[in-house]
Amino acid sequence: MSGIDHARRQILAWGAAMAGVTLAPGVTLFQLAQGRPPAEPASKAVRWGMLVDANRCASDCDACVTACDKENGLSGARTPTSAQWIRKVELKDLRGGPAKSAPVMCQHCAEPPCVDVCPTGASFKRADGIVLVDRHTCIGCRYCVMACPYQARSFVHEPVTDQKPEVPRGKGCVESCTLCVHRIDRDRIPACVEACAATGHKAILFGNLNDPASEISQRIAQFSTTALRPDLKLNPGVRYQGL
Amino acid sequence: MADRGNFGGTFGGGARARARRRATGLAFVLGCVLCGVLGGALPAIAAEGPASRVPKPVVAISAPGQCVEDTQFMLRNHMEILKHHRDQTVHQGVRTTQHSLANCVACHASKATGRVTGSKDAFCESCHRFAAVTLDCFECHADHPPAGIATNAALPGVVPR
Amino acid sequence: MTHAEFTRRESRWFWALLLLLGLVALAGFAAAHYMEENGHIVTGMNNRIVWGLPHVFAIFMIVAASGALNVASIGSVFGKPEYKARAPLSGLLCIALLAGGLAVLMLDLGRPERMVVAATHYNFTSVFAWNVFLYSGMFAIVAVYLWTLMERRMNVYSGRVGLAAFVWRIVLTTGTGAIFAFLVARQAYGSALLPPLFIVMSFAWGLAFFLAIQSAVYAWNGGTVPPELLRRMRNLLGLFIAGVLYMTAVQHLTNAYFARQVAFEQFILLTGGVYPMLFWVGYVAAGSVVPLVLIYHPRLGGTASVLAASLLTIAGAFALLYVFIIGGQAWPLEIFPGYEASSTFGDGQITAYAPRLPELLLGMGGVAVALLIIAIGLRVLPFAPVDERKAAVAAAAGDD
Repeated sequence: MSGIDHARRQILAWGAAMAGVTLAPGVTLFQLAQGRPPAEPASKAVRWGMLVDANRCASDCDACVTACDKENGLSGARTPTSAQWIRKVELKDLRGGPAKSAPVMCQHCAEPPCVDVCPTGASFKRADGIVLVDRHTCIGCRYCVMACPYQARSFVHEPVTDQKPEVPRGKGCVESCTLCVHRIDRDRIPACVEACAATGHKAILFGNLNDPASEISQRIAQFSTTALRPDLKLNPGVRYQGL
Repeated sequence: MADRGNFGGTFGGGARARARRRATGLAFVLGCVLCGVLGGALPAIAAEGPASRVPKPVVAISAPGQCVEDTQFMLRNHMEILKHHRDQTVHQGVRTTQHSLANCVACHASKATGRVTGSKDAFCESCHRFAAVTLDCFECHADHPPAGIATNAALPGVVPR
Repeated sequence: MTHAEFTRRESRWFWALLLLLGLVALAGFAAAHYMEENGHIVTGMNNRIVWGLPHVFAIFMIVAASGALNVASIGSVFGKPEYKARAPLSGLLCIALLAGGLAVLMLDLGRPERMVVAATHYNFTSVFAWNVFLYSGMFAIVAVYLWTLMERRMNVYSGRVGLAAFVWRIVLTTGTGAIFAFLVARQAYGSALLPPLFIVMSFAWGLAFFLAIQSAVYAWNGGTVPPELLRRMRNLLGLFIAGVLYMTAVQHLTNAYFARQVAFEQFILLTGGVYPMLFWVGYVAAGSVVPLVLIYHPRLGGTASVLAASLLTIAGAFALLYVFIIGGQAWPLEIFPGYEASSTFGDGQITAYAPRLPELLLGMGGVAVALLIIAIGLRVLPFAPVDERKAAVAAAAGDD
């Protein structure tokens, strides 16, 4: 049609292109923080962490523990030799304050003692802050179990069958909470966080500690939170509120 | 402990006795070598005959299509591929499916049992038994595809060769 | 008895000894295999007490191995000739104990078949990774040291190699103590005092083991240790026993001074049941005070006293290590200071531990391996101290 203003169209086209180019990195960054493509390695631009609100945690609830058992193929038994990656700790204040309850799992420290003591380097910290055990290299010496200040590690005492395909685990190696790394890498949240939200307590929050806009960073900026055993200066990725 | 001192010289005898001992020793060693060679060669010669007593592995592949790599390449290098990929997955969080163990299991699981181990005809176990190489993977890894994934089909994201 | 009769009878006793030790070693390997096949569930260990009885055996043997070389060091490094005659035996004991201790340690791993992984992947912030080199280096250095001692033309180098071996073993034992010293989170460990404590323990236990074996060697051949030498070695043992007692006392007194450690010290020393009993009765009384009396009392201190003192010191060492390693794990971690914690994973509770047969057999198997190396070594090579051999030959000649 002859009335078309080609110059205007061109400006609009360039404008759209410029806007796209300007916005695209932002969109990509958003995607990086939320979920990365499978071929891309984890990066330290992200630091995964959790915030546990002990005020919201109910004493008679162990939904997080049950969910973890189910997600990771743990037996659910509670004998001294059974693996438990997360447990509910009931707390009685010795100074006479109110009783409290909170889940304890691997704290994913920035300075993990378990990583320092592992002779083969099987216990390691991933770039995005998750502390894991490479079971291909673990020789089962249990030095990391001795070193962990939070008693987070379990040793597998008997042959394991019926493993979940996303969570390989076997006899003779040490293991602990993986922050559901197989879910995180596929843009989901840890099973314990999901289960706690489903009960309505919403006591555990998961997010990127390196992103100031994330809900977890905002809550940490707003409320008083603490690490467990802060005197050890391990800078854990799991923080607690209400303790 | 009595003073044995010179351990080598306690058997006594003269130069001739020593020479005799040396000859016997040499004959013994040669005999061992001969037995070893024959023991290794004879079954190989026998295998070329009509009725081979060497059990061959059962390679039963129920999945349609081709493997992600060429068969000869896989025979020689599948362990290296798996090792490299596992380090990338565990340490860096790379979760591509092309060379993942989960994908191998998904395609190669037996049609009947849905597993790659558990019987002498299962895909992984059959060859590993033949080659007498310990199969350590499935002490920790599940030997069947994840729930919700059909057996004998590649995982999502796998590019056919 | 004629010389021929003596030789025949002695030979039979020797093969009987080898058979006995071989059977115990075999039982140990069978136990290790059973543990590997079925997992550690067949032991008494659990998620809170991960290092059990096998570690008590292993750490005793490794610490004693380093100390057993002391006798040779006194000869080579400090230049005392009577000790020089005992240096080869001292080196043999070092190698044997180290081999036995490492065998137990490696077979107790959750995945002992991954030894190659341990030898090819290293994280050098870990003392265990350093230990791979320290222990294998110890074997090599002691082997070279034995060569310089036993081959006449190499004798001139024995002083320098002896010094290297002495320094190496100080580093090695410091590493063994550092295994525990570097554990910041546990109230029983995490102390800079532990490496020096382990060094003094190595002096005491190594010498005790050496004296016990020396008594056995002399008794086997019907000889006696020269009395003056016996007196000096026994006094040295007394000094080392007192040294360990001192350092242990300082460790516990300092710990008990801190308010946050008081509850743990009360548990270990007073209320913890088996642990205070093993500490006071097993280590302090039977393992330190009684040996000191046997050594220093004017009417005691003869051959039998020294043997008894050595064996009691070794028993006391096991008691102390049991309290240290297992008692230290039984006490719960203090994750929530100011709160009383409880959970399904043992928080806030003292964990019970009862060793089971596979663990005991594995530990004893390691001891048997060490004794086998010593017995066979003494048989085929001239490790026995020279004055003993001359006396034995003279005694045998005199009987004809």
